[in-house]
Amino acid sequence: MNNEFTASSQKYDAVVIGVSAGGLNALTTLLPKLPNDFPMPVIIVQHRASDSDNFLIEHLGRLSNLQVKEAEVGELAQAGFIYLAPANYHLLIERNRHFSLNVDPPVSYAIPSVDVLFYSAARCFGEQLIGVVLTGANSDGTQGLKEIKQLGGLTIVQQPETAQERYMPDAAIAETKVDYVLPLLQIGQLLTALAEGGVE
Amino acid sequence: MPSKNELWVFEVDLLLEAIFFRYGYDFRHYSRASLERRVENRLALSDLSSPSEMITKVLHEPAFFELFLKDMSITVTDMFRDPHVFRVIREVVFKQLRTYSRVNIWHAGCATGEEVYSMAIMLHEEGLLKRTRIYATDYNNRSLEVAQQGIYPVEKMQEFTANYHEAGGKGSLADYYQAKYEYAKINDIFNASITFANHNLVKDQVFAQMNLIVCRNVLIYFDQHLQDQVLTLFANSLVHRGYLVLGDKETLALSKVQDEFECVSYEQRIYRKLAKV
Repeated sequence: MNNEFTASSQKYDAVVIGVSAGGLNALTTLLPKLPNDFPMPVIIVQHRASDSDNFLIEHLGRLSNLQVKEAEVGELAQAGFIYLAPANYHLLIERNRHFSLNVDPPVSYAIPSVDVLFYSAARCFGEQLIGVVLTGANSDGTQGLKEIKQLGGLTIVQQPETAQERYMPDAAIAETKVDYVLPLLQIGQLLTALAEGGVE
Repeated sequence: MPSKNELWVFEVDLLLEAIFFRYGYDFRHYSRASLERRVENRLALSDLSSPSEMITKVLHEPAFFELFLKDMSITVTDMFRDPHVFRVIREVVFKQLRTYSRVNIWHAGCATGEEVYSMAIMLHEEGLLKRTRIYATDYNNRSLEVAQQGIYPVEKMQEFTANYHEAGGKGSLADYYQAKYEYAKINDIFNASITFANHNLVKDQVFAQMNLIVCRNVLIYFDQHLQDQVLTLFANSLVHRGYLVLGDKETLALSKVQDEFECVSYEQRIYRKLAKV
């Protein structure tokens, strides 16, 4: 696999990441790779227990060069921040790039659901969106990634062999002709390269 | 030429106009991303390909509109959901309510009623039920029917029981329902204290003076304009020093009425109306 990504003119406006079982390790590996001038918001749905909210945010915040926080209703998604969906709510992004939440029924048994975030983000950012599916033991994210691809966004999936749980990456790859299948460290490099002006 | 995305937005706008014109339900100031997801689900379930196709059906088939209305009101709700909130209501708010001889409580957007019965149980345990009238309202009659019956899937009771104890429950939740086959029915003892009624927060008015309004996870479905309108309705419905409880992720911070309230507990989103200056 090639580590060097060469520049192109494609400009992206946001990264959305979906991750489930094994997510703590995956995010601990990936997020510190993003530089402090990473020029777009990173928005994450991580399936988790409701009482682990603060731990996760503080833990990732300590490791990351970017500010990690829970996404709030009405908040504008901005560069410099990594946003996490709160437990027990679906996280969505409106076309004006402000977050919204809902308590609709679980999707793929999950609330927050990766699919819900990805659908709304695809509608909001279209071709300027990067969608990433990481480790997980269910198929949440599969439909959302397909939607991102259909609306012209870039799709990245963690290489299943390198994932703690490969079910979610496998499901995503089976449904969509994804643009990149990479191990975590290279996903970090790719995102950074894309942010610096893109990749051929 | 408009993009596929722009076309979709236009079609959903038209759909909402059609619903408002035909039935008087105004979803035009709902949070758009959540609403569009529900439209998308309805398209898939009814095997339709675009919001435009929904417009025809909405205009000419009231039964189809009923389906959409049901889609719009399905949310996750539990007894004693977010138990810490109920605990603070019991420990802090009830202490003040106790000083009144008559208490009015409004559950606005009560959906299928789980939180209404949670409140009634707490009032009962604190000896406040007899002096209290609970108004439980929703704009969806189907939800209200479920709420009024107080019948829930029995498998939910385990979770509800755990919530109940975490919320400071003083007895056993099983004392308040009868389990039969796969259902649990809340006891009739609460019926006399609860008035279920149709009320649409988007267009209906103040109907009584309240000591406490509970409206959790309803405002997150509204845009800022509609939130302000509904919060103004709440402010006008509350007695001086009356309480307002919102959902865990909802806040008065950006609203028009924020100066009319003080925050009793930010974590629990419990606010109190200031006395008129």
